[in-house]
Amino acid sequence: MTEEIIIAGFGGQGVLSMGKILAYSGVMQNQEVSWMPSYGPEMRGGTANVTVIVSDERISSPIIHEFDTAIILNQQSLDKFEKTVKPGGLLLFDPNGITHPPKRNDIKVYVIEGAEEAARMGNPKTFNMIIMGAFLKLKPVIKTENVEKGLKKSLPERHHKLIPMNLDAVRVGMEKVKEFQV
Amino acid sequence: MGELKLMKGNEAIAEAAIHCGCDGYFGYPITPQSEIMETLMVEKPWETTGMVVLQAESEVASINMLYGGAACGKKVMTSSSSPGISLMLEGISYLAGAELPCLLVNVVRGGPGLGTIQPSQADYYQTTKGGGHGDYQLIALAPASVQEMYDFVDLGFELAFKYRNPAIILSDGVIGQMMEKVIVSDVKPRWTDAEIQKISGSWATTGKTKDRARHIATSLDLEAEKQEIHNHKLQAKYREIENKEVRFEEFQTKDAEYLLVAYGSSARICQKAVEICRSKGIKAGLLRPITVWPYPTKRVAELAHQVKGMLSVEMSAGQMVTDVRLAVSGKVPVSHFGRYGGVIPSPGEVVVALEKFINGGN
Repeated sequence: MTEEIIIAGFGGQGVLSMGKILAYSGVMQNQEVSWMPSYGPEMRGGTANVTVIVSDERISSPIIHEFDTAIILNQQSLDKFEKTVKPGGLLLFDPNGITHPPKRNDIKVYVIEGAEEAARMGNPKTFNMIIMGAFLKLKPVIKTENVEKGLKKSLPERHHKLIPMNLDAVRVGMEKVKEFQV
Repeated sequence: MGELKLMKGNEAIAEAAIHCGCDGYFGYPITPQSEIMETLMVEKPWETTGMVVLQAESEVASINMLYGGAACGKKVMTSSSSPGISLMLEGISYLAGAELPCLLVNVVRGGPGLGTIQPSQADYYQTTKGGGHGDYQLIALAPASVQEMYDFVDLGFELAFKYRNPAIILSDGVIGQMMEKVIVSDVKPRWTDAEIQKISGSWATTGKTKDRARHIATSLDLEAEKQEIHNHKLQAKYREIENKEVRFEEFQTKDAEYLLVAYGSSARICQKAVEICRSKGIKAGLLRPITVWPYPTKRVAELAHQVKGMLSVEMSAGQMVTDVRLAVSGKVPVSHFGRYGGVIPSPGEVVVALEKFINGGN
């Protein structure tokens, strides 16, 4: 199994940290992982993206331009990365702020209202974990128990009290994700 | 076996420095390598191993602090990115001339000039063909993974002290910024004064005793004949390093008809390109120089008898390709493919370039 993922959105949405938690969770189940961020002159409100690869085998290139899954969190990223999903691959997006939704019909498109669900949970910071839950429902490449271990490993201890809330957010994402009709 | 951690290449450099018993780090921040000093500042090794971590006022200051530390037989290092290394070159030449062991790290970014902050491999000439003035060489290690970023700190120091010569880790923004799994080694204690005496006592400025002459760490000798003799000694050392310290890795070369030659992050991209080529029926292989100086010239020359052509893939306008051409010496066609100025090629682009090369398009 090799899963090649791009996560893209605004800086501040938790794009890079979501990738990091995915990568850490992969480590927890003895997989090979790579995490490669875009690190241009990024700024708050600008775009941020990260390539995460989780695999049973040694990872050759951490740099790839085609993905099994694209997790898209704003319009600019959708415009940039929709075409990079491999045929038959997965595109998961949050419709918040999307004016031109995905059009490809040779891939599977799913939607998760992450921003809205995070507001409903009363904590906008759970946003990225809701998105991650939605992804793991569609592609269970990582077991939930390993996500918990990944969170423990990647968060400083003073933040460990937030782990239950993050796991709740993962579950919300798993429940609320639905197919999108292109 | 040590602990398994997920970390950035830059973080791995810092962790490895602490773990291998480094005495001092002197640096000045610059993207894309600032996490090296940031990690050291967070880890506070001065409270545990006693390692000094100092942010100097400039790159010029840091390289000269290195000179001072190295002259005392201490394990000292600095890191920077391309424009910062350019500022250090005078000091690097002095360190090489005075035969002072130390470790340099260049996390290369796009140039020339201030260029960009994105990854590049355009400092190959600077690293392997001098950079600074005079006839000198740096022992240059090119890591292609975060684990190698970690491992090459210890190896770099080992080689630097073995040959009394500066060693450099030639990395780039990809390897510096990406995260991968790393197996962390146990902490080696820093050398004691007695150990320094034993290892470097014949030359280091450890304090003059009555039974020996003064030790002077200098690259200056105004008598041309003496300076030539010193140069003979340096050249003999460089030939010895060329004979003993060449390191490289091969991937699918056994039956290869076409060879990609790439180091660092380009080698990772090429590995995937080889996989794609093989699935298309093209017998491609990869030679990855691990030491870019000394260069695996002999092995490239050997492979020139086996393959039909070689493509050097670099994030530069074509620098290492000159070393490939020298080794191949016209035996088979050699070409170059690269993206540069901070742009990273995709494995697919490399495959297209190789196909074009095979079809005679160069």
